[in-house]
Amino acid sequence: MKTTITVNGQARSLDLDTRTSLLDALREHLNLKGSKKGCDHGQCGACTVLVNGERINACLSLAVMHDGHEVTTIEGIGGEESLHPMQQAFLTQDAFQCGYCTPGQICSAVGMLKEAAENWPSWVTDDLDSAVALSDAEIRERMSGNICRCSAYPQIIAAIRDVVGDVA
Amino acid sequence: MSSVKDWAAPNPVTENRGGIIGKGVDRYEGKLKVTGTAAYAYEVEPPSPPAYGYLLAATIAKGRITAIDTAAAEASPGVKLVWTHLNVPKQARRGERINPRSQRPSNPALAGDRIEFFGQPVAFVAADTWENARAAANLIQVSYAAEPAVLDFRASLELAEMPHGEEDVLIGDFEGAYAKAPAQIDETYFSPLQNHVQMEPCATTAWWEGDKVTVHTSIQMVKGGQHSLAETLAIPSEKVHLLTRYIGGGFGGKGQAYDDLVLAALGAQALGQPVKLAYTRQQMFQATIHRPAVSMRVRLGAEPDGRLNAFAVEAVTHCARSAPFVEHAANFSRNLYAAPNRLTGHRLVKMDIPHAGAMRAPGEAPGMLSLECAMDELAEKLGIDPIELRLRNEPDVDPETGKPFSIRQLTECLNTGAQRFGWNRRNPKPGQVRDGRWLVGMGMAAAIRGNFLLPAKAGVRIDGTGIITLRQGMTDIGTGTYTILAQITAETMGVTMDQVKIELGDSEFPPAPGSGGQFGAATAGSAAFEANMNLRRALAELAIGDPNSPLYGGDPTYVTFGNGNIAIENRSESLATLVSRAAPEGVYVEGAISPAADARDYSQHTYGGHFAEVGVDTVTGEVRMRRMFGVFAAGRILNAKTAKSQVTGGMIWGVGTALTEANVVDNRYGSFINQDMSGYLVPTHADIVDLDAIFLDEADDKANPMGIKGVGELGICGAGAAVANAIYNACGVRLRDFPMTPDKVLEGLMAKGL
Repeated sequence: MKTTITVNGQARSLDLDTRTSLLDALREHLNLKGSKKGCDHGQCGACTVLVNGERINACLSLAVMHDGHEVTTIEGIGGEESLHPMQQAFLTQDAFQCGYCTPGQICSAVGMLKEAAENWPSWVTDDLDSAVALSDAEIRERMSGNICRCSAYPQIIAAIRDVVGDVA
Repeated sequence: MSSVKDWAAPNPVTENRGGIIGKGVDRYEGKLKVTGTAAYAYEVEPPSPPAYGYLLAATIAKGRITAIDTAAAEASPGVKLVWTHLNVPKQARRGERINPRSQRPSNPALAGDRIEFFGQPVAFVAADTWENARAAANLIQVSYAAEPAVLDFRASLELAEMPHGEEDVLIGDFEGAYAKAPAQIDETYFSPLQNHVQMEPCATTAWWEGDKVTVHTSIQMVKGGQHSLAETLAIPSEKVHLLTRYIGGGFGGKGQAYDDLVLAALGAQALGQPVKLAYTRQQMFQATIHRPAVSMRVRLGAEPDGRLNAFAVEAVTHCARSAPFVEHAANFSRNLYAAPNRLTGHRLVKMDIPHAGAMRAPGEAPGMLSLECAMDELAEKLGIDPIELRLRNEPDVDPETGKPFSIRQLTECLNTGAQRFGWNRRNPKPGQVRDGRWLVGMGMAAAIRGNFLLPAKAGVRIDGTGIITLRQGMTDIGTGTYTILAQITAETMGVTMDQVKIELGDSEFPPAPGSGGQFGAATAGSAAFEANMNLRRALAELAIGDPNSPLYGGDPTYVTFGNGNIAIENRSESLATLVSRAAPEGVYVEGAISPAADARDYSQHTYGGHFAEVGVDTVTGEVRMRRMFGVFAAGRILNAKTAKSQVTGGMIWGVGTALTEANVVDNRYGSFINQDMSGYLVPTHADIVDLDAIFLDEADDKANPMGIKGVGELGICGAGAAVANAIYNACGVRLRDFPMTPDKVLEGLMAKGL
């Protein structure tokens, strides 16, 4: 099935098996292997990408459903010579070990900051009328769809905090 | 053979003039990982477009395949081959070796009609796409004749036998001393089956060039994987080129090769085309290894002042009938506390569930849950603070062997931790601290984990631009190997980090044993250190023998390295200048390390103290972490940042151990009921609050020339017990059955009328 997806700002035309997940389209058809396959069931978050600015598990979505959509992967967040502040913060805080969940964590963190800026509430948001203040508890709750088995959780929170800055 | 005494002399690493050793430098490969450009095994670009493999797994625990119908699969779109035990290419019989120095024997896939565990691969499909391979695999019809199987560990404890070649360790008269002890603890603790849940599933990309196969695979041991594949294919080891540059977590579960390795290689050979094959997450649970369950009886006989007179830790565990493995859950206790009358040992039940094997801190991780909770119970019985109880049983020499400790800072770990954590604010009486509907409590536990050095080699080259490249058949499974080897190389050679390149994970590089058992950094690092010392000697000779060098004719014993230069006092030149002039093709040397002849004269371990604060929800029985702090002593720390990440990661594994992690066997089929990440719960962001760790200053000059030790497993040892003890202190419910899930806690709360 012919599908055109704008990936990292570039329109990419593909002729895909309808069973192909967005994750496999990125990894096996577009050679964008930064998005990882950890469980293929939407349980680990390693495949997190941004679709039209919002984070999703790319393994839980068929690629042909994204005709006309804009997808941002870790490769579009920043490269080695042009690190995104979130990537730099992960590096500085040692917010990863094996690195396999890392692209998903970073994409998720970038998407999460946008959700918070738009005042999406979370399970731990007490006050639904005021602007969301990104406390550590808010960040932890909103990042819990991204598992890190090396368990760099304290460092990941520190990295996101570096980018967010302190909240009152 | 060297002596540990040879290692006590000052050297460039222990002198650390450049200040690179110990510094928390960013990970060497970090930019590749944060940009998603580090290529893991399934992501390596083969020389031509690959075929995609898919495995079909058995759905019985034990028995025989009676029929297997592949016609529909073979006719399915895009299918290139379908293999079962009836038509898989010939492989060496299991256990055979043809290469004399092979570290691993043959491990054939689809080797017969026998089924030994649920999830055992029974068919392999390769197709033009992954979707077509998966669809075809699911069209294969397999008929089985199932046989009675031993599946329920707790119901099979009476089948336990002494493991082959082992015996109990008996010192003094345990039974007599225990019977007379004024204070006794006799409790049995249960640690369940656990899964590694590495984020990256096992995967292999394979292709052939002539009679030589190249495999990129996710494995912790380079030589082990190379030899296993060579033996299975019955070809010389040098005909297998195995690469493993980046590994998405190992934790012991990737210490061996699985069927993805041999089937990708055989498939690529048969098709004349590269093949990629990965395990699914469900196959990672069923068809790789797991940590076995352990039932541990602990008996402590103490004087009223807390001194132990009788001490017994007896562990019953299990393994697969066809894959012997013993979880040595009692071993750690042989080195921990003083007691004149001692009994420790293991029993093993052979079962028909998937293979048991090594998982982060095998032995200690489940074992310490028992003794460190039992010590908490004894402390309460005697009215002694749990830290004080441990200090009163601190041995002067190894309690079992009488050997001196190389260095032992357990007391310092516990005292420092108590102070930093605010242990004096703990109310020793359980159930006294309330926060709304929560009961809050603190617990602690000791940590101990052995330290090892294995034989290893490394090669190092300097080129005419002054770039120094270290090569080693070593792996970095997230542990920080690339980074610490770069630091050792830069410091030893007196250059900056950006003048150093590290290349790992290649079977054609000088061999190292790989990542496992907390021996990686000390073993690979020491070999790298020796290689760099040999490079210093080679460059000194080069300069002194070169009439064009300002060092010409000097005394080699006065040669120093620093700031990218080689010097004798004020005569110096840059390494790049020297090499480009005197050895324009570069200089390459190798180095090797092996255990000192007298290494076993010392009892050598890493130590720690864990402190945890939890809240117990009195309505739901849910336990939430509030704080956790660890203090560790593990030799000289090479990188403050990566070492800390290792131990805090281990502590978080302890949280999972205490609260959520268990593989539940379906006693009807021998499968795991929870075989993915929504059923097997590892800690997530929301579970971890305010967790930190520090290292004490230490250098263990009996360990290796640099005085370093491993840290990768220490953090999990005892961590779960600290959480369990905090639960007891919070609410007075003493659970001995890990993990401490809300149902168990709630039952305990209700029994107490809370």
